[in-house]
Amino acid sequence: MPVLERDDTQIWRRRTTGQSLVRWFGWLLGVAVFVYCWQLISQSTTWFFVWDAPRIANDIWTRATPPKWDYITQLGRPIWDTLNIATLGTIIALCMAVPVAFLAARNTTPSALFIRPIALLVIVSTRSINSLIWALLLIAIIGPGVFAGVIAIAIRSIGFCAKLLYEAIEEIDHGQVEAITATGASRWQVMAYGIIPQILPAFAGIAVFRWDINIRESTVLGLVGAGGIGLQLSASLNVLAWPQVSLILIVILLAVMISEWVSAKVRGAII
Amino acid sequence: MSHRELDDMLGKGWRKPAFIKNTLLRRALILGFFAYLIAAFMTIDVDWGRVYEGLDRGWAFVLAFTSPDFISRWSDIWAGLLESIVMTVAASVVGILISIPIGLGAARNIAPLPIYIMCRGIVALSRALQEIIVAILLVAIFGFGPLAGFLTLSFATIGFLSKLLAEDIEAMDKVQAEAIQASGARWLQWINYGVQPQIMPRLVGLSMYRIDINFRESAILGLVGAGGIGATLNTAFDRYEYDTAAAILILIIGIVMALEYLSGIIRARVQ
Repeated sequence: MPVLERDDTQIWRRRTTGQSLVRWFGWLLGVAVFVYCWQLISQSTTWFFVWDAPRIANDIWTRATPPKWDYITQLGRPIWDTLNIATLGTIIALCMAVPVAFLAARNTTPSALFIRPIALLVIVSTRSINSLIWALLLIAIIGPGVFAGVIAIAIRSIGFCAKLLYEAIEEIDHGQVEAITATGASRWQVMAYGIIPQILPAFAGIAVFRWDINIRESTVLGLVGAGGIGLQLSASLNVLAWPQVSLILIVILLAVMISEWVSAKVRGAII
Repeated sequence: MSHRELDDMLGKGWRKPAFIKNTLLRRALILGFFAYLIAAFMTIDVDWGRVYEGLDRGWAFVLAFTSPDFISRWSDIWAGLLESIVMTVAASVVGILISIPIGLGAARNIAPLPIYIMCRGIVALSRALQEIIVAILLVAIFGFGPLAGFLTLSFATIGFLSKLLAEDIEAMDKVQAEAIQASGARWLQWINYGVQPQIMPRLVGLSMYRIDINFRESAILGLVGAGGIGATLNTAFDRYEYDTAAAILILIIGIVMALEYLSGIIRARVQ
């Protein structure tokens, strides 16, 4: 611990002079980077609009209230589509995530040198691209509609589910696997009786967790044309029908809250 | 010897226990699941002809990944990418700075009840509203450009970070904090020496994780006009310039991977 000696008294200090200098320069650099970033943002901002913002916000608020309640009769089908996108997307994603996870986990992969990096690449690349971008891409490929949304959600979820699942597989108790192997079980039997029972609770938890996230994401997929309630949202925004927009936002909020409640209940029951 | 007698002599064969023990509930869940699947598939209308036609384009896109075109639109890509990074940095700094006091306020063992309720309300609001919806509203209020994206990401950071930070503070070791209090520390000193050292590693880890998320989100905010690489990507898709789109996606994946690697190193060092 650095101690400074001055006038024959010792003063305790947390860091040596060198350490505090390094930290000081670190902070200086951080602040400089932030100021630079802020200047770039500020340059491409029309400040007149920003000063005008409170008035605009107030204007939108008066236009958007009260919500147009009878519009809800037209929202039934979009909500059903949204639910389908999230649920079917999650199911497809889980079907594809399980093999990827087994290939990526260190203790079950057939080849740590060749196959594991490929599985990890699949996980990283599907995870780092947002479902809206996947939807954009799929709409260009297979045309707009609910189907593109389902596939977009499915691809986006593979990486997430596979990552959590392979971490769960790597953390299993090895003793059980050895016990099953000792009975003379084949590779597949070891998997079915030694590994799967151990990861099943984690798997169910991941499935419900991802379903909850997918409900959130599928509500906005319609903004790029991939079906669901977002389609109505973007149509209403385009014609500036603010009372409809506010009703749709309320419905989306409710859907998100319900899905979160369901997923919390189910996960509480499993774990 | 009949089978019946053999069973009596050997005892019954072992069967795998079911995941859900209640038979009636299990069957009802399976039945309901299949009923839902059928209903969902009936309502999704897939234009298989269109999908088949699109397969060529899909293949063209996959091929584009082998020859991404960084050069012909490099100035657009660079401008978009820089804007995304700038938004990420600025929003992460501001979001983290704001979420620390809100996180302190949302921890029940530190904050009095009125502040606790207020901070939890902010957290719940920020978590319930999706980034892209917030971005739409903020673009309508503040006009196009990175400022709306910056505000969106800051707002989303607050909900994420404050909630996890508050949970960490609530789970901290009380003894250390009490020891500091017993030495006669003021409130600020108590937070600084009793609470902060305990939550610092987790705060750093969560912040790194959030920077990673912010960058990924900043890639889609451009779709609704809130600045960043999303606008460039959208244009590339609209013009069927798959090689440019592939280049952008590769850049996004690369940066996300680099951030993940960096955050892994930093988290390993602070913990």
